[in-house]
Formats: sequence, C-alpha cells, structure tokens
Amino acid sequence: MNHDTQNNHWLVRPTTIRKLWWGFYVVLALTVLAQAFVYIKGYFTIDGWFGFGAAFGFLACLAMVVFAKLLGFVLKRDEDFYERQKDERGDDDV
Amino acid sequence: MFDVLPPALVMVAGGILIGVARGHLRTLFVLGTPLLTLWAIWQIPDGVAATVGFLDYTLEPVEGNPVRRLFATIFAMMAFGGGLYAYRQAKWYELSAAYIYAAGAIGVSFAGDLITMFLYWELMALFSTVVVWCGGTPAARAAGIRYAIMHLLGGVILKVGIEGIVVHTGTYDIQPMLATNFDTWMVLIGILINAAAPPISAWLSDAYPEASPTGSVFLSAFTTKTAVLALIMLFPGEPVLVGVGLFMIMYGIIMALLENDIRRILAYSIVNQVGFMVCAVGIGTEMALNGAASHAFAHILYKALLFMSAGAVIYRTGMHRCTDLGGLFRTMPITAICGIIGALAISGFPLTSGFTTKTMISQAAADQSLVFVWFMLAAASAGVFLHAGIKFPWFVFFQKDSGLRPKDAPWNMTAAMVLLSALCILFGVYPSLLYDLLPYPVEYVPYTAGKVLFYLQLLLFSGLAFFLLLPLMKRTQTISLDWDWFWRVVLFRTARGIYIVVALAATTLQTGFDSRAAALKKKAEDAFGAGTGRNGVFARAWSIGSTALWIAVLLTAYVLFYEIDVAM
Repeated sequence: MNHDTQNNHWLVRPTTIRKLWWGFYVVLALTVLAQAFVYIKGYFTIDGWFGFGAAFGFLACLAMVVFAKLLGFVLKRDEDFYERQKDERGDDDV
Repeated sequence: MFDVLPPALVMVAGGILIGVARGHLRTLFVLGTPLLTLWAIWQIPDGVAATVGFLDYTLEPVEGNPVRRLFATIFAMMAFGGGLYAYRQAKWYELSAAYIYAAGAIGVSFAGDLITMFLYWELMALFSTVVVWCGGTPAARAAGIRYAIMHLLGGVILKVGIEGIVVHTGTYDIQPMLATNFDTWMVLIGILINAAAPPISAWLSDAYPEASPTGSVFLSAFTTKTAVLALIMLFPGEPVLVGVGLFMIMYGIIMALLENDIRRILAYSIVNQVGFMVCAVGIGTEMALNGAASHAFAHILYKALLFMSAGAVIYRTGMHRCTDLGGLFRTMPITAICGIIGALAISGFPLTSGFTTKTMISQAAADQSLVFVWFMLAAASAGVFLHAGIKFPWFVFFQKDSGLRPKDAPWNMTAAMVLLSALCILFGVYPSLLYDLLPYPVEYVPYTAGKVLFYLQLLLFSGLAFFLLLPLMKRTQTISLDWDWFWRVVLFRTARGIYIVVALAATTLQTGFDSRAAALKKKAEDAFGAGTGRNGVFARAWSIGSTALWIAVLLTAYVLFYEIDVAM
C-alpha cells in the first residue's frame, strides 16, 4: 500500500483507519452498556440476558465463517473447472 | 368478460411496443408502461374481475385481493426502476423480453385459477431465459440453456400436479392446500424449484451472474418472489416449508461467503432472503404471512438496488471479481453510497425497509414459541450482514486500491439507484406505508427501544467479527461447487457411462446379429430377387395398367364394405 499521504485518499490513511477503529469500539461498547437502561424483552429467557445480542451475533458469525472456510476446502475449484470438463468431453455446450 | 383492464396485458403490450418503436417513443413506452400498469393494478377490485372460457374450463385471468395487488404493485414498480436503469444501455430486445417477463409475474399475481397461473408461469420461464441470453457471451448462452432446462422441468412438474388436482378434485381454483398427496406435492415442488429451494437451487447463482449488468437487475426481482406469492396463496402453514426455508437461509450465507464473483454473492443472498419468506409461509400465522409478503416487497427493492450498484461497477470497469475490484469509492461515490444503503437494508438495519419487515418474521416465530427457528433467524440476520451487508460494499468499494478509476454510473442508472435508495429508507422510516397494504391487519410495532438495541448489538458485533476474521475471508480466484455439479458433472458422466455400456452391448449383439442377418438376407433375396440377377416375387416389374386395376378393385371392395356397414 502507498503510504504517501499526498496520494492517499484521507479515508484510507492509517491515522484515519486507527480513528475509525476507536470510534467503532466506542459504539460497540455503548450498544452493550445501553442495555443497562433499555429493557430488551427476552422471548426465551436467555435472549434477554445482558449483552446476549452482541455475543450471539459475534459467535454466530465466527461459526459461519469457520464453517464456510472448512467447506471451502471441499468445494473450491479453479475458475476454469467446468471449461476443463468441457474440453475433456470435447463438445461445446451445456 | 373483462370488467377491468388486465394489468399483465398492458405490460405485454408495452413489451411489444418497445420492440417496435424507436428513439424517444421507445423511451416513452419503457417509462410509461409500468406506470399505466400500476394504474391498472389499482383498478382491480377484490374478487374475480374477469372470466374467459377455455376448452371446458372457465378461467379467471384476473382476481384481486390485497396480497395479489401488493405483489403486482412491487413488480410494476420494479419494472419502472429497472426500465429507468437500463433504457439507455440495454439492447431493445433485452428491455422487451424483461417487460414481458415482468408481465408474466404480474399475470401470476392476479391468476384466479391454476391453469392461468401455469400459463403466465411459463411465460416468465421463456422470457427470463431470453434475458439471460442477452448477456451475449458463450457462458451466458450455456447458462441460459441450463436455466431453461431447469425451469421447463419445474413447469412440467407443476403441470403434472395441476392436472392431478383438476382430475381428482374437479376444481382448479387457487386456494390454500397442504402437501398431503402426490398432486399437491408436485405443485409444491414445481413452485419450490422457482423459489430456488434446494437441491434445484443452483440455476439462480448459475444464470443470474451471466446476464448483462442491466439484465440481472430484472432477473433478481420476479421469478423467486412470484414463487413466494404462489406459496402464500397455495401453501400457507405447510410445515415442510419451515425446514426448507431455514436450509435456504443458511445455504445462501455459506455459499456467498465462499464466492468471489460480486453478482454471484448477491445471487446467493437472494436464496438466503427468499429462505426467510419461505420459512415465514411455513409458520403460516397472519403475522408470518404479513412478514413474508412485506419482506418480499422490501427485498425486491433493496436486492434490485444492490444488483444495480454491482451492474454499474461492471458496466464501468468490465470486472466482476472481488479480487480485481476495490477502492472504487474514490471515483464512484454515488454508486458506493447507494450500494451501502442497499446493503444496510438487506441486513435489516434500523431505519431501513429490511428492519421493518424481517423482524416481523422473527416476531411470528417467537409468538409461536418456535425456539430453534427464532435462534436460526437471529443467527441468519447476523449472517446476512456478514455475507452481503459488509462483504459486498467492502470488497467492491473499499478493501484495497485496485488502481481502477472508473467514472461514476451514467445519469439514468444513478437516478434509478437514488430512487430505490429513497424507497428503502422511506419504508424503513414510515413502515405504515407498507403495512397498510398487507393482507392482514398489522398489530406489530417494529420500533421499540429494546428491539432496536437488540438488533444493533447483533449487527454491529457481526461487523466486528467480519473485520477481525478478514484474514480467513481472503478472496481467492476460485469458484465453488454447487448443486449444479450434480447435473453438470455427475449426471453427464452417468449418461456417458450408460452410453458406453449400451454401445458395448450393441457391438456384442451386432456380431450375433450379423450371422443371423446373413441367413435373413438369403431369404430376402429369394423373395425380392435383389443382387441375384433374377426377379423375386416382390421385385418384378408390373405394368401401370394392372396396378391401376388392382387399386380399383380394392377401392370397390372398400366402398362395398362401407355401404354394408352403413346399411346395417
């Protein structure tokens, strides 16, 4: 990456990105802390626990990303996979 | 016969006129037809508004009720948005086909009986295939053929079911049923194929990304949502749909996470979003059906917006892989902002249309105490933000500096994107505008402090997960195998295997036959005299005179027998 601040858009400068991260952390903390003042109605008990939405959202995403990553080892192929299938059978359709 | 102007016919006429007209007149037809159709849609009263005799049947091509009008309205709005987006860039035949395709969707919306529904269903299949072909590349041609095969197959299954229902019950009205016997199962499967339910889901992610940048905007809107409407009208509360829907939701997320092609990411997220609707239809309460209908409405707007944003990028750069793109926010800011609004809406962020509709489905699950379903939907809401809400804008507009500095979208594309962005926010801020159109009275309040806070926690921490896990999601220049592998590779190899076995068997039999054939040949030569130099019985030359005589004898005999038959 080009670190020359002259050429870099302000949004991608490392200083900006650091600030954005700090801002993001503050917002994240606020959404959890706000639960001290705002009542979240739990339909099934645990979904009303303090910070449940945050923990569930994070862990669900972690689980999905890891699962997708593992599945990728099985399902990923080179981009010309189907073209090579075609060459193998020597026709040009379907 | 017709008390009203059938909206589908207005749209078909518009589609044909687009093909005939040129210049400004064509522009007028492109932009005017959907508006006239919209007017016609709101003239349709509740109940059957038109009947037509067909063979022994009395068809009801136009029947109105709130949910039908809701879907037809959004289809017509979408045709307008798509037309505005496409009319200066797309070929006339693509626009023409897209409008007749939209007419098919509107026709299904108002179809009062299964036969009419089937006819419009096939109209959609035919003209959507043409839209896929308008991609113009060899890949688009091949994908279009696969797409057509899948939809014609789905059509046949649907037809088998409809025939069965007509024969066994004598009625062909559109009314709620459950999948309890062969006929109803066939109808359900036929509809689910169009909803991109597994395992016949791969047609969507296979074909839509091969269409032109403008064509995929139209494709994203009609086929799957028409299937959702059909499910709402025919299979509300069918328990199978809950499981099917949940599978579609998770499948869409996982496959989109693996994907590198920007429009294929969006295609998988259609499956994911339609999964929410299918699941809601399966729950089947008034709240759930309202949720399914309103989510379909909201979904068409933001998904088209996302495809427009992706289309503008592809139109300007000619590139469609995450690995090739990045950093485009510098020179395409409006496309980026509109894309982000669409991404927030699909993620169901508060103040967007996705929030006011998707949470209704979760509420319906909670009301029915469906614990597992509710937690899956909550996980999926987080997953949508992950796979579409952040992944799409991040990899296209931010990520790294790809060095590309394309111009922003042409003005008509921009206008369409701004229009849809505004609608996504409008229905998010004033949900009652949409709630008033729903089939059942709405007692749901989307904006309570607790709900908003819960979803903010869920979504923002998904965002945190995305950026922390970025190393795990590095895009690779790959494709992922999907269900279509089964027919593009396994089915093909099986067919080739059978062919080889049959060919082998044929050769073996051939040798056996050859010796018998030699004996037969000998006999034939005796009869026909060919190759022997002498004339066999059947090979002698007969004079024309005697042939004519024999024919006369035969005819006389025929007349004689006929007379006798009549006389008796």
